[in-house]
Amino acid sequence: MLKSSHKTGLVFFPAFDWAIDPTHPEREERLLYTQDQVTEEGIFDIQGIVEYKPDLVTPEDIQRTHFCVPDERTVTTESHLISAGGAKAIANAVMNKEVKNGFALVRPPGHHSMRVSHGGRGFCHINIEAVMVEYIRSKFGLKRIAVVDTDCHHGDGTNDIFWHDPDVLFISLHQDGRTMYPGTGFPGELGGPNAKGSNLNIPLPPGTSTEGYLYVIKNCVLPVLEEFKPDIIVNSAGQDNHYTDPLTNMNFSAQGYAQLTSMLKPDIAVLEGGYSIEGALPYVNLGIILAMAGLDYSGVIEPDYNPDRLKQSVSLTDKIKKTTDQIMGYWNQRDQMREAAGTPGDILIRHREVFYDTDNIFERQKEKIRICRDCGGSFEVDSKATPGHHILGVHIPINACDACKEKAYEFYDKADKTKYHKIYLQDRPKDYYEVKQ
Amino acid sequence: MILGLDVGGTHTDAVLLSSSGIQERVKVPTDPDDLFKSVLSGFSALLKHTDPEQVRRVVISTTLTTNAIVQKTMAPVGMIVSAGPGIDPEHFRTGRHYYAVGGSINHRGREKAPVNEMEIQDIARVMQKAGIEYVGVVSKFCVRNPSHEILIKRILNKYFKKVFLGHHVSGNLNFPRRIATTHLNASVFSLHKNFFQAVEKSLEEMGITVPIQILKADGGTMTLSASMIFPAQTVLSGPAASIMGAIPHAPAGQDAIVLDIGGTTTDIAFLVDKTPLLEPVGIRRGQYKSLIRSLRTDSKGIGGDSALRVNDGKLTIGPDRLGPAMAFGGPGPTPTDALVVLGLMDEGDKDKAREGIRQIAAQLSMDDREAADHIFRSCCNIILKKTFEMIDRLNSKPVYTVHDFLEGYKLSPAKILLLGGPARFFAEKIEDMYKIDTLAVPESSVANAIGAALARTTCEVSLNADTEQGIVTAHEEDFAEPISKTFSEDELVETAYTLLKEKAENAGADPDNIDEVEVVEFQEFNIVRNFSPRGKIFRTKMQLKPGLIKGYESVLSTNG
Repeated sequence: MLKSSHKTGLVFFPAFDWAIDPTHPEREERLLYTQDQVTEEGIFDIQGIVEYKPDLVTPEDIQRTHFCVPDERTVTTESHLISAGGAKAIANAVMNKEVKNGFALVRPPGHHSMRVSHGGRGFCHINIEAVMVEYIRSKFGLKRIAVVDTDCHHGDGTNDIFWHDPDVLFISLHQDGRTMYPGTGFPGELGGPNAKGSNLNIPLPPGTSTEGYLYVIKNCVLPVLEEFKPDIIVNSAGQDNHYTDPLTNMNFSAQGYAQLTSMLKPDIAVLEGGYSIEGALPYVNLGIILAMAGLDYSGVIEPDYNPDRLKQSVSLTDKIKKTTDQIMGYWNQRDQMREAAGTPGDILIRHREVFYDTDNIFERQKEKIRICRDCGGSFEVDSKATPGHHILGVHIPINACDACKEKAYEFYDKADKTKYHKIYLQDRPKDYYEVKQ
Repeated sequence: MILGLDVGGTHTDAVLLSSSGIQERVKVPTDPDDLFKSVLSGFSALLKHTDPEQVRRVVISTTLTTNAIVQKTMAPVGMIVSAGPGIDPEHFRTGRHYYAVGGSINHRGREKAPVNEMEIQDIARVMQKAGIEYVGVVSKFCVRNPSHEILIKRILNKYFKKVFLGHHVSGNLNFPRRIATTHLNASVFSLHKNFFQAVEKSLEEMGITVPIQILKADGGTMTLSASMIFPAQTVLSGPAASIMGAIPHAPAGQDAIVLDIGGTTTDIAFLVDKTPLLEPVGIRRGQYKSLIRSLRTDSKGIGGDSALRVNDGKLTIGPDRLGPAMAFGGPGPTPTDALVVLGLMDEGDKDKAREGIRQIAAQLSMDDREAADHIFRSCCNIILKKTFEMIDRLNSKPVYTVHDFLEGYKLSPAKILLLGGPARFFAEKIEDMYKIDTLAVPESSVANAIGAALARTTCEVSLNADTEQGIVTAHEEDFAEPISKTFSEDELVETAYTLLKEKAENAGADPDNIDEVEVVEFQEFNIVRNFSPRGKIFRTKMQLKPGLIKGYESVLSTNG
């Protein structure tokens, strides 16, 4: 009789009746073969593996994380609410100690979705991990959270949402942005002035194999986590680093994914991308589930797996080592970088352009943040989308100091109502959200 | 006339039904060492006043296979499993003669590694030498492509009496459960065959020539010949018989709870519009999990003979049974003794019952009557609490589509049906305590035999169509046909219906009773590779719902 070494929760929500469009990579078929494999293996019969029904996130859950424009209803479908609700259900199970860890196998994904959401970017409308993280912080009072994004694409949405937050460590491993959507995630992108070094982006060259991934985990991710001492570790478990993925150019394997999971020991894993639905997903997901449950995964090997063909070159290995050293360098200098970023009380301005490839929206942002050493710093973001709305969002971080709270209300009260369609206030300390039209 | 017979752990119950109601009812003690004798004495008693020529239908439910499993008296059988990538099949070992072999099929049913025929030959010789007569063969994803199982069987045929294949067990995926179920089939086969052939012969001698039907765990029936393919389906048909017996009294269009309160345990089940709920995958009892279709029942360790104790000033009931109630010569007090003390039950030794209840009353600092009432209420409370916990679990089961999430059926029972010995004492109390319409089913002591007698044939077919590979299959039925790229949902449903009808008739269904067809599952997926559509995958499951044959239900319910 198979029995896991501890209790592991699973939420399985394949959304068999939802798709962006019939031939889109993010379609009904995506988790079909995974479900077949997992069911055939008898995973849900293993003693210690507990299956949970996905929850449904509420507008309030989303409002902790996003400024949805014009509102949550317009930006999401039921599937998005259930998918994020799947992550929430696992979070509840883990935080209430019903299980030691858990994995939400849900779709659609979320990690390209930024704080301001005018619609779909990279198949994502709301950021399911970020919504879950903010839920955990508000409901369970956790302070320090690490999100490790192992999707092959840069987790630019999660990166954006926690950009100014020194208490959320975001680490993204991804294929080099010069060769891959969304074209961001370079080592120099380290977080906002108050949170420098709490965003770590680790671009990897095309062709990185299991060896390279595990090297980065061992020599960068684990030492950083060790020092950061998060209360929980979340894994955005994208599965498109696989050697058979049609959208990417990496050489990762199911065994590699399982080993990565064993090393990282995430408390919560949430499925992100992964579009080799037949050749990779069934094996990768099975490997991750077994690894999370502390069960033997040595038999989970893709039928066409050939390690010799997937070997990475020496020059590639060198390149990865150099990037790892560079990131560790940044991490070790994070305090100095925050000092150098500005004087407390100053307002720093940043201009950005965001393209929504899924919904074909172009957004311009102007962000103002208060430099602060006592908290993450309040900020306002002026966002204009074509086609679409012009809004202003004001954010007060969850651990905000009084000066930043005051500044935020000044942003909010002084905002010119005639200039914006809507003005939003996200008051995280009070867990409160307000919209002015 | 219909004969229904249910061999229970302590009693064998039998009824003779006609279209005007119950003609005969018989209860004889079960001889656990000779079930055959119990069956025959049941039938002889029933047919005392009836001409056997008039019997049109005979349905039997027995604990034969269940006992064999519980007592581990099954014959040793061999198992050959081919797993391919995934969990080590060693975890699913069924016994000494268990061999994991090469070969692999993937989730789409494509061969990824061939069978090693030499390897199979060698294993066959080893097992034959060890005296093995029956063998089970299971390959992973055989539900999608059984060719490896069929090839292995072809090699094994000359060495063994019978070879059982995994893909005949169920259209559902679940490799470990398929191994356990195939092993069970092979293990109970000879016992099952010998027993029922003997029963058939004896009934023939009595003058009954109609084919015998056997009750399955899903509350449906099958003919003796159909049962030879899958004898393990008769496992745990006992609880199913009782649940089926409650159906005539269930409200139409509403949900109902069925509680079968026995001596040691209470079985809990649910009816939705007179149709019992099924286990989603298969029978599951503690550690033991299978792909055997079964009614959803849960057995809890509380009944009329449960042991009563007081721990730290708090009363506990069960889960064990030390013996009968003190009123009936047992060693310790039980809820039945409380019923006697309360004057609800007339049978038994009143003094002995009071003596037992007094032990409990003293520890609870109550008087006898007060304690008896407390015991009785606690008993009702525990049973109902377990029932509502089960409803909560059912209502929180995972869903896989947006539609199911939004439209998920929520069970909300409007009526409780009680069966079993103490049922009639409990009905009033439960209704009083929970304000739910509660009924002790009339003829409750033979409701199980009535359930068996009236159960109609059930079956299920699972189809998988893959237009990319150009094939529609129902491997469980040994069915595979080529299809075109334009194969449609309608064609799939039509094919499924034809197969279902055929299967039902082969299992002995009366053509008048095969209209309760239901599509239990339907899914359709586009297969897309490199952004262009390559075809579609269609999946469907269709079933004949468990229920009663026509023409008798109303007679029984008006009798009540």
